[in-house]
Amino acid sequence: MKRATWSEYQKDIADDKYYYARSCIRQNFFPGSEKAFLDILSKDLGKDIFDDPAHSSCTGIGYHSDIVPLETIMTVVARQFAMMTESGYENFVTSCITSFGIYTEILATWEEFPETEERTRENLYKTTGREFRKPKCLAHTSDIIFHFREDIARLAKRRLVNSGTEEPLKVVEHIGCHYAKLFPKSGIGGSEFPYVLAGMVDAWGGECVDYPERRHCCGFGFRNYLVQANRGYSVANSQKKLESMAPYHPDFIVANCPGCTMFLDKWQYTIAEMDGRTYGGNGHGIPVLTYEEMAGLVLGYDPWELGMQMHQVDVEPLLDKMGVDYDPAAKYLGRNGKFIGKPSAAVVNGCSQDFIYDIKL
Amino acid sequence: MKHVVVIGGGIAGMQSALSLKKRGFDVTVVEKSNRLGGKLLNWHCLFPSFTPATEVTDTLKQRIADSGVEVRLNAEVVEFDRHHVVLADGERIECDAVVLCSGFTLFDARIKEEYGYGIYDNVYTSVDIEAMLNKGRVELKNGGRPRRIAFLHCVGSRDEKVCQRHCSKVCCVTGVKQAIEMKQLFPEADVFNFYMDIRMFGPGYEEMYREAQQKYNIHFVRGRISEAAPTIDGRLQLKAEDTLTGRPLKISVDMLVLLVGMRSNDDNARFAEHSGLQCAPSGFMAPADMFLSNVASGVGGIFYAGAVTAPKSVGEVLNDGAAVAEAVTGYLG
Repeated sequence: MKRATWSEYQKDIADDKYYYARSCIRQNFFPGSEKAFLDILSKDLGKDIFDDPAHSSCTGIGYHSDIVPLETIMTVVARQFAMMTESGYENFVTSCITSFGIYTEILATWEEFPETEERTRENLYKTTGREFRKPKCLAHTSDIIFHFREDIARLAKRRLVNSGTEEPLKVVEHIGCHYAKLFPKSGIGGSEFPYVLAGMVDAWGGECVDYPERRHCCGFGFRNYLVQANRGYSVANSQKKLESMAPYHPDFIVANCPGCTMFLDKWQYTIAEMDGRTYGGNGHGIPVLTYEEMAGLVLGYDPWELGMQMHQVDVEPLLDKMGVDYDPAAKYLGRNGKFIGKPSAAVVNGCSQDFIYDIKL
Repeated sequence: MKHVVVIGGGIAGMQSALSLKKRGFDVTVVEKSNRLGGKLLNWHCLFPSFTPATEVTDTLKQRIADSGVEVRLNAEVVEFDRHHVVLADGERIECDAVVLCSGFTLFDARIKEEYGYGIYDNVYTSVDIEAMLNKGRVELKNGGRPRRIAFLHCVGSRDEKVCQRHCSKVCCVTGVKQAIEMKQLFPEADVFNFYMDIRMFGPGYEEMYREAQQKYNIHFVRGRISEAAPTIDGRLQLKAEDTLTGRPLKISVDMLVLLVGMRSNDDNARFAEHSGLQCAPSGFMAPADMFLSNVASGVGGIFYAGAVTAPKSVGEVLNDGAAVAEAVTGYLG
């Protein structure tokens, strides 16, 4: 990253004692990442983090789809803060970028229009009998990993380098729109040149790729995928990014938004199935990682424990480059060795279209 | 003899000092840098006549040298009122009136991060272009000739996001002038100007704008550039919206020139507080009256000339210099 002034956009991030709010999407598509975050924080870094089963969805997807009204989501958010308060925590950490944007927006709304906070407090008390304190520190989980990037570097078992050539891996870092495009000062590095993921990549030996469509949205955009008729628009946005980054031959993509990670991964499958196009090396797709997976690999976690078998684009080419030892036979074995099912062969993973569809020319 | 201190040694300060001296005042110019001339020293040619800027600065400097006006260089003013001016070294200059000619501050293009100034190669400001023209070397970072050049108007002007709501007035015509200069240097290049409005307010400006289109085939696109990003072959990809066709556009260029605006000096608020002066919402000093007393401050004995009150062209600044002498004469009798 050429921009050296990222440090001008800083925010206070608590050093310990976090209340953790999970992500609706990630619990389904990247469940290993949320577990990895908890493990890294509590086991590797020795931090106090509370994974509260009583918290709920922030209803952000409903809010952005015009299903959940503002007053309702403010009350839901107030309840989340009440759960944090009742648990004795002050530092709220959210795993979802949409939620992070929601919390940031609502705290800013309460700041600008104090009467809305009063009304929300009243609504919460009437409906649940609960009261809350606002968080002392609000952070996204990627902020926390960024905050401890040097500690993780010290504990590292591997680095983001090609184990054969010792060259830094080329990394495309993609930041969710709701991380800092809504409130630039809420993100490390601001909205134009965010440093939250680039800082991790720098600290762990990789090299970020700056490509023309770096700032472009992944296409997730709630209306784009919730409304089936709009999904072509969602694919087109991801494709625009993939076309733009491909000439730089990135080794992998890392994203800090649940939607971006999901769609940059899964739309590669779609594009490959539709017209046979892939964007990685040797006819494969480009692996898409969460930052917890990236941190987990650096810390020496087993890729299947990190949940990397859940990816649409196979991660083995990246693991091989990094020199990660893994058991191919264990890829689809879940807890206690139970077989979790294996997806069909896919063009994005190097399988010929003819083979899949048995096309006879 | 009544003593008048002129704060600022740019063209407003020099012209004010000369006009005051002609009217028989004892005049001292205090300038914080080590030379007279101000920001115009870095300029190449003036719109719309392409007159070399040195013709103005050198002539004024020579007249100052011949006039008997006292000039104090490397003298930064920390505070003043109608009776004295205090310099950074503690010296106190007694006087009967003060003319504030401290001008403006150029908008720092790095604040508009989306354009990549200071981050990507071949992103320049209008000031950089003037400096390159003065050196006689306009070229890309790699020494090559640009094949496609884009100018972006209103960088740090008419932009609420950076708290600069005012129009900087002279950037439109500067953009047209520099586009013509680029086309003269690189006839084979395509030159694009991205604008919100083209404000050709002065004599000869509209004609120059027409000439830019008809004679030089410079393209004017009504729309803002949203972002600049590097391409793999070292060019810059720009995204914009052509608001006349209602379509987004993407274009790769070799050089992007940001037409930076004029913003108020950070000192203005401090001076205003100390001396009982008023600042406009833009941060520029507010004259006592927009029409009949536009070089008076509202505080007796303190006057303004030049771009300290608003963005102005060179001609307007020089007129202010003459007008302020008239106003000071009226005050001191």
